[in-house]
Amino acid sequence: MPRIYLDNAATTALDPSVLEAMMPFLTEKFGNPSSIYSYGRETKLAIENARKSVARILNANPGEIFFTSGGTESTNTAIHASIKDLGCRHIITSSIEHHATLHTVECMEHNGLARVSYVKVTKNGHIDMAHLEELLKESGVKTLVTLMHANNEIGNLLDIVAVGELCRKYDAIFHSDTVQTVGHYPFDLKNTYVHFINGAGHKFHGPKGVGILYVNENISIKPYIQGGGQERNMRAGTENLYGIVGFAKALEIATQSYKDDISYINELKHYMAERLEKDIPGVSFNGDTKGDSLYTVLNVAFPMNDRSDMLLFNLDMAGICVSGGSACSSGVNSVSHVIKAVCNGTADKIVPIRFSFSRHNTKEEIDMVLDTLKDLV
Amino acid sequence: MNLNLPVYLDNNATTPMDPRVLEAMLPYFVEKFGNAASRNHSFGWVAEEAVDYGREQVAKLINADPKEIIFTSGATEGDNLAIKGVFEMYASKGNHIITCTTEHKAVLDTCKHIEKIGGRVTYLQVQADGLIDLTELEAAITPETILISIMYGNNEIGVIQPVREISKIARKHGVLFFTDATQAVGKIPVDVQADGIDLMAFSGHKMYGPKGVGALYVRRKNPRVKVTAQMDGGGHERGMRSGTLNVPGIVGFGKACELCMNEMESEAKRLSAMRDRLENGLMVLEETYVNGNREHRLPHTANISFKYVEGEGLMMGFNKNIALSSGSACTSASLEPSYVLKALGLGDDLAHSSLRFGLGRFTTDEQIDYTINAVKETVLKLREMSPLWEMYKEGVDIDAIEWAHH
Repeated sequence: MPRIYLDNAATTALDPSVLEAMMPFLTEKFGNPSSIYSYGRETKLAIENARKSVARILNANPGEIFFTSGGTESTNTAIHASIKDLGCRHIITSSIEHHATLHTVECMEHNGLARVSYVKVTKNGHIDMAHLEELLKESGVKTLVTLMHANNEIGNLLDIVAVGELCRKYDAIFHSDTVQTVGHYPFDLKNTYVHFINGAGHKFHGPKGVGILYVNENISIKPYIQGGGQERNMRAGTENLYGIVGFAKALEIATQSYKDDISYINELKHYMAERLEKDIPGVSFNGDTKGDSLYTVLNVAFPMNDRSDMLLFNLDMAGICVSGGSACSSGVNSVSHVIKAVCNGTADKIVPIRFSFSRHNTKEEIDMVLDTLKDLV
Repeated sequence: MNLNLPVYLDNNATTPMDPRVLEAMLPYFVEKFGNAASRNHSFGWVAEEAVDYGREQVAKLINADPKEIIFTSGATEGDNLAIKGVFEMYASKGNHIITCTTEHKAVLDTCKHIEKIGGRVTYLQVQADGLIDLTELEAAITPETILISIMYGNNEIGVIQPVREISKIARKHGVLFFTDATQAVGKIPVDVQADGIDLMAFSGHKMYGPKGVGALYVRRKNPRVKVTAQMDGGGHERGMRSGTLNVPGIVGFGKACELCMNEMESEAKRLSAMRDRLENGLMVLEETYVNGNREHRLPHTANISFKYVEGEGLMMGFNKNIALSSGSACTSASLEPSYVLKALGLGDDLAHSSLRFGLGRFTTDEQIDYTINAVKETVLKLREMSPLWEMYKEGVDIDAIEWAHH
């Protein structure tokens, strides 16, 4: 049975040309980048070239880009550093953040290292900017604002520039979890007030096990993982060489085709949304689907009934690969914290399904999914 | 003829990936790319199955239960997680950790961090052969001691610590025993049950597997050990290490473990014979010393000092054709003499004149012959140019000379 993969917010297929770029480093160019002979020098060079390329694309300095094992490590590093190295005693976040942020923030609060405020979320899933400013104004201590750029479940986009300006005004540290947007949108970090952003290779057709943390040059933090001088003493551990090379390559490929990809995928998403509204009675969408929304994510609220109850299971039986929420908590059999937050007490009356797209999806696939859905619901 | 140049003799820094490992990994990049945490569709299940299988392969190599394997990004992360995780989890029991001065930087730097956040650390000295003194270890234990962190095999000199005796002492006093076994796992039999290990870190790229992946063994029974997660998030790895699993890396790591398991015995024999031949070939040179205990040693490692010759100069002599290091890769950019050799009591002269030979699965007899000749020639040539060597040959007691200080 042909399968249709619409879970690209969970992970994406590695681009074959990314693998091609990684291959020499998976085979003959295997040296430890810290070694000083030729094997080490050639791999060190590959890492530094990757760093330059990533920095150029994000309009940052190479010295601001640190390679990590992925988005979760980067988020943990940023939040821990904000508290322990930058002196933040108050964290402002939201209830719809990724668990990497929420659980780290809870840990800080639990250990008495910082007080936590949750900024209000509007009905369609956006950050209440007025409330954010209020929280910042009343903070009284050095504050960390950690808000994700695009929500992984409902796709809502944050106005990262506007939040940055608020943080500038109140001298707050700003971390934005950009795992769903790096490789999906252009960045201009030199002209954005943000101290930390993070990225994960596998969200944009790059490899798993590698990510970045951008640390603005105006702040100085200590390493989160100790034990060796790698990443200019910021992140110890032998570098994931091919991962790093693959990350840069995937970002380069994404950058070359941003415009085309955005319009192509956006069209798929809106086509699907329109057809769903037309064909399936009672369907609605979680988040600001038609407004400021990630073009790769469509979170559909199917009305709960006897037939939609088993929807995820039945979609899988039909070869359609989607998710009820984030992959990281998809083993948990309950409505996600994000859906609960945006559904205002009606979460038990809907079946939320996240469809997430990539440039590999086609309109034919969407038509097949729509036909299946019509039968199932 | 099997002489491929350059000769790679730095397998303690990293190893080339075994082609069979890469072959196992390849399907998981482009086609079977699913997120192992995706529970609603087959892409996720295929990835999860691959991770489960990898976990079994890894567990089997060290005689552990698959549930005791926590995948990490490598041994450094594993060292950090073990030490910080135990320090936080067992804070109510005590705050004292015992380690030794020849540990890898990942352990030493983490211990320094622990001291900054209110912990107390005892750094045991090692004896001249690199082994710790078990009496000193036992004497260092206090009621506040929560962890003994002693590496299995040393990365610079290959010395194997008396792990079973250490674990007996740890057990006797109710202290957890963590070992950084990055250099030992896959090279010599490591059995967490027989060895009495509570926590153990190791990584893929030191055993012909991929970089960017490793594991922390955390004992689940007798006693049940817990660590506080250092990376919070989606609750992967039973809450001890969050973050999307590096599926191809884990598949490769698993395969590498399986290959080591099947081939360890013959490989260790072959490598130790080769290593001994290399060592004997070089020991014919005067004033040449093997560093560390030669009996309790990893089969593929030799660390040799050539007195009156600078290690760095020596390396320059054959740099193009032989890739090796004068110490650990993680500190090889620095010109400081190795802290491990200094800990054995070597003076700067001997510590500066050392080379670490790390043989591996793909090292050939021809390469060893070539290396013996190249190193011998270079040592002789450099000594010919050395005024110190000349003085030594004339019978001057160099150690007795009082040098003018600036």
